[in-house]
Amino acid sequence: MLAYLIRRFFAVIVMLLVITLVTFGIFFLFPKMIGTDPALYFVGKQSDPAAIEGIRQKMGLDDPILVQFGKFVVGLVAGRTYANGSDVTQCAAPCFGYSFKTEQEVWPLLTDWLPVTLSLAAGAVVLWVIGGVATGVISALKRGTVLDRSAMGIALAGVSLPIYFTGMLAIALFSDQLGWFGRPEASFAADPGSWFNGMILPWISLAFLYAAMYARLTRATMLEVLNEDYIRTARAKGLTEPVVIGKHAMRSTMTPILTVLGLDLGALMGGAVLTEYTFSLHGLGYSAVRAISDHDLPVILGITLISAFFVVAANLVVDLLYAVIDPRVRLS
Amino acid sequence: MTDMTKGATTGATGATGALNEPVPGGAPAPGRAFLEVRDLKVHFPTEDGLVKSVDGLTFSLEKGKTLGIVGESGSGKSVTSLGIMGLHRVGQYGRQRARISGEIWLDGKELLSADEDEVRRLRGRNIAMIFQDPLSAMHPYFTVGKQIAEAYRVHNKVDKKAARKRAVDLLDRVGIPEPHKRVDSYPHEFSGGMRQRAMIAMALVNNPELLIADEPTTALDVTVQAQILDLIRDLQQEFGSAVIMITHDLGVVAEMADELLVMYGGRCVERGSAEKVFYEPRHPYTWGLLGSMPRIDRDQTERLIPVKGSPPSLINIPSGCAFNPRCPYADVPKGNVTRTVRPELAAEDGGHHWSACHMSHEERTRIWTEEIAPKL
Amino acid sequence: MTTHRTSKRRLAAGTAVVLAAMLTATACGGSDTKKDEGKAGASGFNAGIGKVSNASDKKGGELKFVATQEADSWDPQRGYYGFMWDFARYYTRQLVSFKPAPGGESTELVPDLAAGKAEISDGGKTYKYTLKDNVSWEDGSPVTAQDIKYGIERTWAQDVISGGPVYLMQVLDPKTEYKGPYKDESADKLGLKAIETPDAKTIIFKLPQPNGDFEQMLAMPAASPVKQDKDTAAKYGLKPFSNGPYKIDSYEPNKSMKLSRNDKWKPESDTIRKALPDSISVTFMANADDMDKRLMNGEFDLDLNATGIGQAARATALKDHKANLDNGQTGFIRYAVFPQTVAPFDNIECRKAVIYAADHKSLQTARGGPQAGGDIAPNMLPLGIKGSDGKYDPYEVLKNDGKPNVEKAKEALKACGKPEGFKTTIAVRNNKPVEVATAVSLQNALKQVGIDAQVDQFDGAQTSGIIGSPKVVKEKGYGIIIMGWGADFPTGQGFSQPLVDGRFILQSGNNNFSELNDPAINGLFDQAIAETDPAKAGDIYKQMNQKVSEAAVYLPFVYDKTITWRSTRLTNAYTSDAYNGRYDYASLGVLK
Repeated sequence: MLAYLIRRFFAVIVMLLVITLVTFGIFFLFPKMIGTDPALYFVGKQSDPAAIEGIRQKMGLDDPILVQFGKFVVGLVAGRTYANGSDVTQCAAPCFGYSFKTEQEVWPLLTDWLPVTLSLAAGAVVLWVIGGVATGVISALKRGTVLDRSAMGIALAGVSLPIYFTGMLAIALFSDQLGWFGRPEASFAADPGSWFNGMILPWISLAFLYAAMYARLTRATMLEVLNEDYIRTARAKGLTEPVVIGKHAMRSTMTPILTVLGLDLGALMGGAVLTEYTFSLHGLGYSAVRAISDHDLPVILGITLISAFFVVAANLVVDLLYAVIDPRVRLS
Repeated sequence: MTDMTKGATTGATGATGALNEPVPGGAPAPGRAFLEVRDLKVHFPTEDGLVKSVDGLTFSLEKGKTLGIVGESGSGKSVTSLGIMGLHRVGQYGRQRARISGEIWLDGKELLSADEDEVRRLRGRNIAMIFQDPLSAMHPYFTVGKQIAEAYRVHNKVDKKAARKRAVDLLDRVGIPEPHKRVDSYPHEFSGGMRQRAMIAMALVNNPELLIADEPTTALDVTVQAQILDLIRDLQQEFGSAVIMITHDLGVVAEMADELLVMYGGRCVERGSAEKVFYEPRHPYTWGLLGSMPRIDRDQTERLIPVKGSPPSLINIPSGCAFNPRCPYADVPKGNVTRTVRPELAAEDGGHHWSACHMSHEERTRIWTEEIAPKL
Repeated sequence: MTTHRTSKRRLAAGTAVVLAAMLTATACGGSDTKKDEGKAGASGFNAGIGKVSNASDKKGGELKFVATQEADSWDPQRGYYGFMWDFARYYTRQLVSFKPAPGGESTELVPDLAAGKAEISDGGKTYKYTLKDNVSWEDGSPVTAQDIKYGIERTWAQDVISGGPVYLMQVLDPKTEYKGPYKDESADKLGLKAIETPDAKTIIFKLPQPNGDFEQMLAMPAASPVKQDKDTAAKYGLKPFSNGPYKIDSYEPNKSMKLSRNDKWKPESDTIRKALPDSISVTFMANADDMDKRLMNGEFDLDLNATGIGQAARATALKDHKANLDNGQTGFIRYAVFPQTVAPFDNIECRKAVIYAADHKSLQTARGGPQAGGDIAPNMLPLGIKGSDGKYDPYEVLKNDGKPNVEKAKEALKACGKPEGFKTTIAVRNNKPVEVATAVSLQNALKQVGIDAQVDQFDGAQTSGIIGSPKVVKEKGYGIIIMGWGADFPTGQGFSQPLVDGRFILQSGNNNFSELNDPAINGLFDQAIAETDPAKAGDIYKQMNQKVSEAAVYLPFVYDKTITWRSTRLTNAYTSDAYNGRYDYASLGVLK
């Protein structure tokens, strides 16, 4: 078990390094290959040669890609100094790079954006797991009825409709027309009540999409489980139907759902781009869109890495969790 | 209550006694035997048509006795057991419900007309079932002990500790070594034979009066098979339960059963005391089953009278004798009778023995003694 | 630096890559020059155009800006976006600035930090200013001539603080002999020879060549003072040190900015800024549709970017909230241009054929119609600029009501030697849906006269390397390029020179896409720039504009207009030509 954990831990580190290298390559090598200069992205509209040269020096863009990568990795643990003659910029560890667009270190930005994304994901996950699983179970138990068909119809809509659409619809209805909920503006620290009120629509909009997927998954899994022999055994013992469904069938149904949930949450940590965009939440996803449109490569790199970290970490957690929830799985 | 019932039936002559009177398809007096099944029909409506899994089945069984139900898969034997358990009518979420008719009397109570909760209370307590393939029949995420204890607690008001102790006792009784340790194991941590023992422990945890074992040894190797069958027999004697043993393998039940019932296409084709059916079978299908029986003294590949073809579709059961497309003797009776008229069960000579065949008794006796028996 | 640098104040609108299509194209507010109803007016449709809407001197309240686009930088020497120049007046002052007046009057320059007009001598090569007495920084220290010089010098440090306009560099030090204050060896870091500061109150500029628009350049934020010990170099934009009526309390890029009163600012020293609100906030959000909605809900007062109400909300706004809207000129012209290096556009008749064949009405519709798009433009000089003439219609576009003139187009084709038409390619930025729509409109119109044009959408983020490179244009055979253009400062030099002066053709970042290089036109620019009387310069620009039209290298679509939102509680709102038709932010106030 311990050996397994150590082995997995190192695998995670190696994987993150590989992802860093690949991302690094994409962002810094690719522009060179297609003949544009990454330095151009940082000088604004003036393509003054002095400006480009200044940025090139400061970012170390003339170094071979592996040297740049090495400096980046060293910066992650030891911090880094960007210097162009007397123009020196410090970047404290963990240095995820430096945004020459906004003249800010990337790491503090990430730690600023992450809580927003986390709070969005945390609220939404509660809603969608409760909503999606309940809908899926009821749909499975009422298979073929009008209830099942309409629930699955709504789920199909939920999966297909873009968040931009459902989000704007929710805003128009619940915020502008009915005035029940505000928009997410207040910070949690400043005004928890208003924060909560403002987060409700983003939570619902994001949860709707996932709830739809989870309802479909739950329904399919539940129907499969209900055909299992051990469910018949449970009934043969004389257990009441609520116990058969709620304990025996749910236990098996939840296993794949928890797996998917872990991976979904891992992916969401990288930012729910459309939800954050629609509600102008300043999380990782929104900031990624911003950074892409601004060609702010260090920020894009930073967000990519933190997203990758969460996906890899989620995979590890799911594997470990699987060993806990499924006694047949052995970690070795 | 259990003791009283046991006492009441010990004096009776057993299963065969109850089978003396009823004319096949007729109406035995209700409540006379411990278990009476009369004209049981279980039909499943499907998109392709009505599946007649069981189509008019009648038998009875006394406590302490064993009935073997034999047939190929799809002959309706497992559906019969589910019908007795009342499992055909729970958990059919969104599916077409099974259509069931006839009567099932258990200890004087008719089960088909009883309400679901009443039947549920009997399930697991008065009637218990041992399923085939215990790996899939036991919940993979719960320990063996918990699954046994749960079966105990649902019918007995005891705390978890007492239920656990009961589980350990039962595991011990069915021959699991170190039961106090293995009680916390998961099904996948058991060997096939151990799992089947655990399954039996689970079925016996409430001292059921009727035990239905559905292919209890299918997944096991021959040595373990014998051990499991011995175990069931021992336990039956200890608890005095009535046992229905469902199998496709005549050999499994030959020694254990007091009474045998051969099913084909949802109906009974031959029935009688175990000795009669086994040593003087009078239905060509039974001959086939006997021919297919693996025997330790023979090469496995050497099966002299295999049943050719495959079991009939339960949606379109062949007219006349359901077995006629596969029967080597279908043309023996004159005319087209085997293809147009369905043969009814008729008493054979010598008492507790019925079969449904158009061939004359003499003809069949001749074929058995001259053509079949020597080759077996 | 041997070449003149060019650039333009263009709003980079395409914020979100994912949802670029949902955002409307870039545009700015605008105004016309008529002043028929006096300066004070109530609210109502176009109440902020050419007059002051809700005039009031009431102080207090919070002025709430909202924006989808962050500034390129809030560092006065680095910012280039138009709205940043407008907003920067809250926290920084220049020697001269634009007059706080509606419409065209706003382009007049008035003293700001300077006590009076410049003393111009030496044939327009020396400008001398004396500073006002009581101008101070937010820490109470006085703003000195040295601070101004130091601020201007920062532009030379392109290796550290790039991005801003470099006009002052080009005009004061065309050979870039000075290396910028960060590499300045002198003790006071004031080594730039072209600026002299004999004392704290006097500043003298010495130009190698006279330039009639020099004061226009001094009015840009790039000519703002920076206090040397407060200069944080590259990071200065995160918290510029204020000498204006407001100071920056907090700023989180792409999130929010808050300004409060700078109590060291003395109102009597400032005739330009009203400083009415107690505080000013900017909220940055992503969703442009939601922003429009919230403006209409009254949650914010105005769009900082002034990109105009988006298509989704436009109909509702015009129907239910017309009194809150201003539909003004932005000073931009949307146009197509024909590179003369790509055959058959080396032949003027083929160029004329396209101009005649174009359906100007349909191009206007593609831009958004007369209101959101703008009026059909018959020539290439915007209405707010001296020398412009909206009735000068050499290709009879207005006369024909914008309809294509197929007959003349066919004549021109015959004269060009291509009576059956020809094949060519239209280049258009892929991140501007409205521009793509105009390309398609043009493509359809050309089909009617046998010209087969393919539309090539190129990466809009790579504009300067693709259509900005004459080599690439020729290689790709871009016969028609679709673009838009607005002036950095409102004169013929500011608008037209980068587009039509042959000496402005660059190998990268070029804007003279047609590669027009007519000595007559170039000479007219030299004359006009040397002219210190704006009216006389205007006459020269008028001739220049006619010569450009005669060359038939441009096909103007519209004088760009936009529909901007002005909240009901906004006071003193009027659009300013000097700021591309945006409201003059320094004058705004709010009702509580």
